[in-house]
Amino acid sequence: MLAGRAALSLLFLLVPLAAQAQMEDPNPERIQIGLSTDRISITSDFSGADLTIFGALDNADPLIARQGRYDIIVVLEGPARPVVVRKKTRVLGMWINTHSETFMNVPMSYSIATTRAMQDITNQQSYRRLALGADYVTVSPLDREGNRATIEEFTAALRDRKKATGLYSERIGGVQFLSQSLFRATVHLAPNVPVGTHRARAFVFKNGVFIKENSAQLAILKAGFEQAIYRWAQDHGFFYGLFAVALAFVTGWLGRIIFRKD
Amino acid sequence: MGIYLPIAEMSVNMLVLLAMGAAVGFLSGMFGVGGGFLITPLLIFYNIPPAIAVATGANQVVASSISGALAHFKRGTLDFKLGTVLLLGGIVGSSLGVYVFSLLRSVGQLDLFVSLLYVALLGTVGGLMLVESVQAMRRAAGGNAASLRKPGQHNWIHRLPLKMRFRASKLFVSIIPVLGIGAIIGFLASIMGVGGGFIMVPALIYLLKVPTNVVVGTSLFQIVFVAAYTTIVHSTANQSVDVVLAFLLMIGGVAGAQYGARAGQRLRGEQLRALLALLVVAVALRLAFDLFVRPASVYSLTSLAGA
Repeated sequence: MLAGRAALSLLFLLVPLAAQAQMEDPNPERIQIGLSTDRISITSDFSGADLTIFGALDNADPLIARQGRYDIIVVLEGPARPVVVRKKTRVLGMWINTHSETFMNVPMSYSIATTRAMQDITNQQSYRRLALGADYVTVSPLDREGNRATIEEFTAALRDRKKATGLYSERIGGVQFLSQSLFRATVHLAPNVPVGTHRARAFVFKNGVFIKENSAQLAILKAGFEQAIYRWAQDHGFFYGLFAVALAFVTGWLGRIIFRKD
Repeated sequence: MGIYLPIAEMSVNMLVLLAMGAAVGFLSGMFGVGGGFLITPLLIFYNIPPAIAVATGANQVVASSISGALAHFKRGTLDFKLGTVLLLGGIVGSSLGVYVFSLLRSVGQLDLFVSLLYVALLGTVGGLMLVESVQAMRRAAGGNAASLRKPGQHNWIHRLPLKMRFRASKLFVSIIPVLGIGAIIGFLASIMGVGGGFIMVPALIYLLKVPTNVVVGTSLFQIVFVAAYTTIVHSTANQSVDVVLAFLLMIGGVAGAQYGARAGQRLRGEQLRALLALLVVAVALRLAFDLFVRPASVYSLTSLAGA
């Protein structure tokens, strides 16, 4: 009985201490990620790819690590651009674009890899606060004063369409711990991945609480030939057009010579 | 076999595109049409953005029409003067079309407008051709040869002012309808990515009474240059010509056209026209279906141009 009370008081004594220890951890966990390359070239045979990102979790508590209560989410976020979402409605029996909403700074792609299912890692409030996940990433409407319900409807449609085209993807179990501190994340690059500067971000959670994030940049570029054609079309559209026409003339004429039997 | 299209910025299957080009080339060789009205909708069904499908379609039309135009040039069945006046109208129409194209794209109604034009034009032309060819087949069965040109018959078009003489066509007509037809074809070429032969040939025969032996050559001559002009203007204004995509379609198309031409020689004129009419009507119905049936998703995304 006496021993029991002593244990109880010891517990009372320990609780605030433990809380304090968590607040001022002298060795907070840190997360690092490394990309094997800082640029990826899209060559003519590109048809989507998997990108592997390695990372390390420093100062991890071995006990928590053993219980698997560290969670990591890795995101590869594409360049942000303005997007118009249009809605079709039925007019005179035809489906016609009638409503639209413009969004600024929409990440063109958003690939996420996690250690577990998103809802098992932390709650919606944390995701919303961190703007983390295809359903929470920030997309800001151009017209902020618009009808809230309409904006919400179009925001949902934007995320839904992005998921349908494979540009917003989620891979549960895409992050694996190789050791107590080392992890590997595999994110998907869609065949229509946008070119530009992408940002890889890694988030670490302990017991469902966000601890730290880190990021690295990755440039996705068209390879030499594709890039040259694209730049030429953008900078010298007129000469590019002339070339396209000349190519058509030569192809049509050669075809006639090669296949002519008469 | 995947290939990355530098302008469309997407990875597509190369064999699908070659096969698409070959199939359309076969049909265009068989029927003596450019095939733009098939290529552009097929590309759109294959998820190529409509803006790129239209501009690249125009480029492919150049390749598929040039060999036919050369053949007519050698045989001398081509009215240069008439073709040039048509071309002048075509350039005006095409410039206007590219402007309307950019405008429609910015307000998000381009797809609708392109679909409506396709449905209305292909539906009408296909329907008329079908009726005409069935009647011709009946007449042929009855023993009377069908004749398209009825010399000596004049209509209101021949009473317009500003007349000009076109020797090769044995015509003396006002240049107003000639420029007008050219302009309409140019406008359609830049908005629909078609050559416009399926409109020009009947217009030249029925409205201007151009002799049938020079109609196809003259029409092809105008189409080659209007499509070339359209390609250059789209490329300059919208940067929407994908040369890799166009080249794949051209290779398939040029090869397919030669076999199509041989297959076409085995069929009689009115049978060919009936088959072509069925094909045209089928494309129109397919596009109408998309307009009237509820889409899988009522929402669509477009990136803002110039950003």
